[in-house]
Amino acid sequence: MKTLNRRDFGVAVAAAILIPVTTARADDSNMEVHIDNFVFQPPELKIKVGTTITWTNRDDIPHTVVSAGKFRSKTLDTDDKFTFTFTNAGDYKYFCSLHPHMTGMIKVE
Amino acid sequence: MSGHDHGDDGVSRRKVLECMTWAGTGVLWTITGGVPRSLGIIDSAEAATAAAPGMTFLQISDSHVGFDKPANPNALGTLEEAVNKINAMPVKPSFMIHTGDITHLSKASEFDNADRIISQSKLDVHYVPGEHDFLDEEVKFYRERYGRGTKGAGWYSFDAGGVHFVGLVNVVDLKGGGLGNLGAEQLAWLEDDLRGKSKSTPIVLFAHIPLWTVYPEWGWGTEDGGRALEYVKGFGSVTVLNGHIHQVMQKVEGNVTFHTARSTAFPQPAPGTAASPGPMKVEDAKLRSMLGVASINFKQNEQRLAIIDTPLQG
Repeated sequence: MKTLNRRDFGVAVAAAILIPVTTARADDSNMEVHIDNFVFQPPELKIKVGTTITWTNRDDIPHTVVSAGKFRSKTLDTDDKFTFTFTNAGDYKYFCSLHPHMTGMIKVE
Repeated sequence: MSGHDHGDDGVSRRKVLECMTWAGTGVLWTITGGVPRSLGIIDSAEAATAAAPGMTFLQISDSHVGFDKPANPNALGTLEEAVNKINAMPVKPSFMIHTGDITHLSKASEFDNADRIISQSKLDVHYVPGEHDFLDEEVKFYRERYGRGTKGAGWYSFDAGGVHFVGLVNVVDLKGGGLGNLGAEQLAWLEDDLRGKSKSTPIVLFAHIPLWTVYPEWGWGTEDGGRALEYVKGFGSVTVLNGHIHQVMQKVEGNVTFHTARSTAFPQPAPGTAASPGPMKVEDAKLRSMLGVASINFKQNEQRLAIIDTPLQG
């Protein structure tokens, strides 16, 4: 229980610290990547920790969004969406597991 | 032409004329060095009895059952048209191979519908999976239906009419930034499968994604396809059949003939001619000329396979 409390406390502190940032740049906490013509658009995004990204497949062909060991979407049919919130800093390379030549990058700082 | 070919491959004027005469019922074509030419095997006597060729088998591909977008709102319907064409062929093929993307989203209902239509051909069908057939969470629908007696993700071999057929799977375990992938386990199996085979045994390799590099910018190729091709190098006749790119493309390299089949569902653009390899929207009147099936003819004692592509409509 002590561990849980500590973790909860950590989250509360992190949220408190983030408030000024998210207020100042409200648009940055949710960002979008579109899949058009077998391309992730934009192919690279720089975001802050805590940002949520939503991928939308706008092709007539299903795609996936996969970052090895980090996240893996279900198969996205036309107009399906996948959402992931980045809680740790780092570089997240990702690709479509059906069309692996499709690649993208999320840089979280 | 290698020195191992039979001496009857030369295209004399007489033979060309005979083949043209025969064109009313259909001509067997082979592609040498990218140039289409009629098969030398058709002399006047054989043309007269052409209804009794060697073994023929049929390739069908990329049915995408479940696809319903503007490029073709009724992929199941055009599959049925293809099967009707098959049933109307004057010579019943010995069997059929399907080079993957049977379904669009790997749904049980899509597999059911595909089965219902394809089984109307009353032909044995040998399948390999396309990436669209492995989309269910547990990746079990394809394997439960078609994977019996296969190895790994679904590779296998069989013999028919003196030809050794090998079905390969290059749509699993794909790496970011990469192409199609066979993997070490399958390659080791292939090398072992071919070991001890007489070099005069005609080999047919079939897989979903082309084993040769068609256009890497669109992922049209297989990362380790070259390894598989090395194992078949010494054989006198090798035919490599694929789907995936929804258009006819052929190439001959030494004794290896590469061929990709049309889709029965929707066309895709020629490499680099569009923003993406996505479904190509064409006028309704033109669609069926860009979909179709391929029949392949193997004549006993002949080295080459003749491939005839049949669009759903002229």
